[in-house]
Amino acid sequence: MDTFVQQLINGLNIGAIYALIALGYTMVYGILRLINFAHGDIYMVGAFAGYFIALKLGLGPSWGGLLFVLIGSMVVAALVGMAMERLAYRPVRKYARMTSLITAIGVSLLLENLFVALFGGQGRGFPQLINDTNFALFGNAAISKSQILIFAVSIALMVILQWIIFKTKVGTAMRAVSFNLNSAKLMGINTDAIIMFTFALGSALAAAGGVLTAQYSPTIDPLMGITTGLKAFVAAVLGGIGNIPGAVLGGLLIGVAETMVVGYGSNIGIQSTYRDAVAFAILILVLLIRPSGILGTTVQEKV
Amino acid sequence: MRVPRKLGFTENMISFVKRFLIALIIIAVLYALNLAMSKTGLFGFGVPLYQVDLWKMAGINIILAVSLNLINGFTGQFSIGHIGFMAVGAYSSTFMTVYYTQGLEQWLAGMVGASVAAAIVFALVIIIGALAAALAGLIVGIPTLRLRGDYLAIATLGFAEIIRIVITNMNKVGGATGFRGCVDPITNITCSDPSLGRLTIPAYTNFFWIGFLAVITIVVIYNIVNSDMGRALISIREDELAAQAMGVNTTRYKVTSFVISSAFAGVAGALYGHWRLPHPNDFTFVRSFEIIIMIVLGGMGSITGAVLGALVITFVPEVLRMLPGGVYNYRLVIYALMLIIIMITRPQGILGNYEIASWLKRARKRPEGGGAIGGSTGAPIAEQSDSTKKSAKELENR
Repeated sequence: MDTFVQQLINGLNIGAIYALIALGYTMVYGILRLINFAHGDIYMVGAFAGYFIALKLGLGPSWGGLLFVLIGSMVVAALVGMAMERLAYRPVRKYARMTSLITAIGVSLLLENLFVALFGGQGRGFPQLINDTNFALFGNAAISKSQILIFAVSIALMVILQWIIFKTKVGTAMRAVSFNLNSAKLMGINTDAIIMFTFALGSALAAAGGVLTAQYSPTIDPLMGITTGLKAFVAAVLGGIGNIPGAVLGGLLIGVAETMVVGYGSNIGIQSTYRDAVAFAILILVLLIRPSGILGTTVQEKV
Repeated sequence: MRVPRKLGFTENMISFVKRFLIALIIIAVLYALNLAMSKTGLFGFGVPLYQVDLWKMAGINIILAVSLNLINGFTGQFSIGHIGFMAVGAYSSTFMTVYYTQGLEQWLAGMVGASVAAAIVFALVIIIGALAAALAGLIVGIPTLRLRGDYLAIATLGFAEIIRIVITNMNKVGGATGFRGCVDPITNITCSDPSLGRLTIPAYTNFFWIGFLAVITIVVIYNIVNSDMGRALISIREDELAAQAMGVNTTRYKVTSFVISSAFAGVAGALYGHWRLPHPNDFTFVRSFEIIIMIVLGGMGSITGAVLGALVITFVPEVLRMLPGGVYNYRLVIYALMLIIIMITRPQGILGNYEIASWLKRARKRPEGGGAIGGSTGAPIAEQSDSTKKSAKELENR
């Protein structure tokens, strides 16, 4: 039971990070029907931005420093996301979706290779911004400070996101654009600005995920976004892409499933090396039963 | 649709002889090229080894791109799992070579000589690789092809990753360290006893095999696209619902084209496996993206475009290696930038929906078709469709 609770905590932790990244995928998809393959790399950019801010300012373990690094990296990533949208995606938006997709792959390659060329491919140690201590729960299960931080920050960010989308004017505009881009334009919404804002929002969330992960397992490298980004994307599709609660649900589900396979898989003949296959296996099973994800809505095709 | 005129016996014979001669010429050219692709061949005027490897890779990429184009470009079903089928082909064929064909090859060598025996065995394992990949394509295709658009894309990607992870966990084929030769079933390390299987995978693949199979792939896909089945596939791409209403069995056609496309990926895998020795890291989804980039860059729904895209994607990163010192480190950044810029300036790909032959034909304003080798029979596909325009319309209708 102790180990089960421990695995659950670890799983929800990884899941929360997946969820933060998946939100960016799902928001961009909801508005543009674009799979932004570069989003995983924005997560990496966020982690690197946090690293350099902490390093340049020589920040030691303190709550203020952590908050500063977190917000700073979110701002940097939001700017990168906006630049990406303006320079690469907007010019191809009017063309076939395949073109946008290849552009997204191109941007992803660009970010990865640029960071490898600039900072080298080897991993770097992320500076400790909090004194990580473990709190014993009951029995042998424990939760560390950085894990609590991941839960707290991701829940706070999700609440803020919910507030932005449902209570503010710009959120209403976002929902209108995702409902129908052209009608939204006719209603006087500056759709270009809204799309850019969506990218900024998604990128900021991914950057927060990057800093939080780096705080929890402190090695960052330019290719860290590939696998995590892919799994977050799987999480978004699992929950029903374009659906915000779905992204969170999908992220948590995949995180928990992964750690459970590592923890208990050997009992039912699944080795822990199959960890990376779990996300895809769940995805395929769910898609076979519900072709548009858990919370996704099926659009009836009309002739 | 063009109704083919019935040909008389003499005409038939002439056409047959013509095709036969063309085939002979292609084989002769490939054989000469194969000789040129070695240091000693062609009177010492061989191509350097590094460039030979590049041309081999280009050939394999052509097979992959042209076959993926059948499902992605012509049928309009967006698959990002092509590399998974290549992995199946690579591993199943090398598995057969290592563990089962040794005796057969020795037996054949006694009758027809060593080199012919090796060729027969290689042809056999290529077919096995293709069949295994086709079977995998069938297993993956039947459930996933019900899905639409992005959901199909991610499901195929998922299957490809699962295939790779399963292979990584199979000790019999070397697992995460790659497959080099026979593995002892008890100790799980490379075996020392040759009776268990070959200690190394023989390097059967040479330029002739790759070139020959690339030509076969192009010819087969070309004929499929220009057949009744091709029309059905294109109708599915243009509007699945309308195709269904017109009596096209969409599921059957989609699965068939998926299986054929997978089989050719398996062929590419078999060629790759007997050349570079398969390793799980060669088959990550990043490679799948690369194949998609090839067909989109060349022009979706154009066979010559896919060939062109495969050549560009194979050679551009290598050409960029010639950059001077300071810029050298940024060659992959330049590559990525080029990709983005091409997509912005030429979104329909280099050739769009057109084939090179139909381009030349239009340029020369020939009064009638026919004559040119590979000149497209029916109407060019492009005239019936304009994917770009259509998707733009879809975007507006959303």
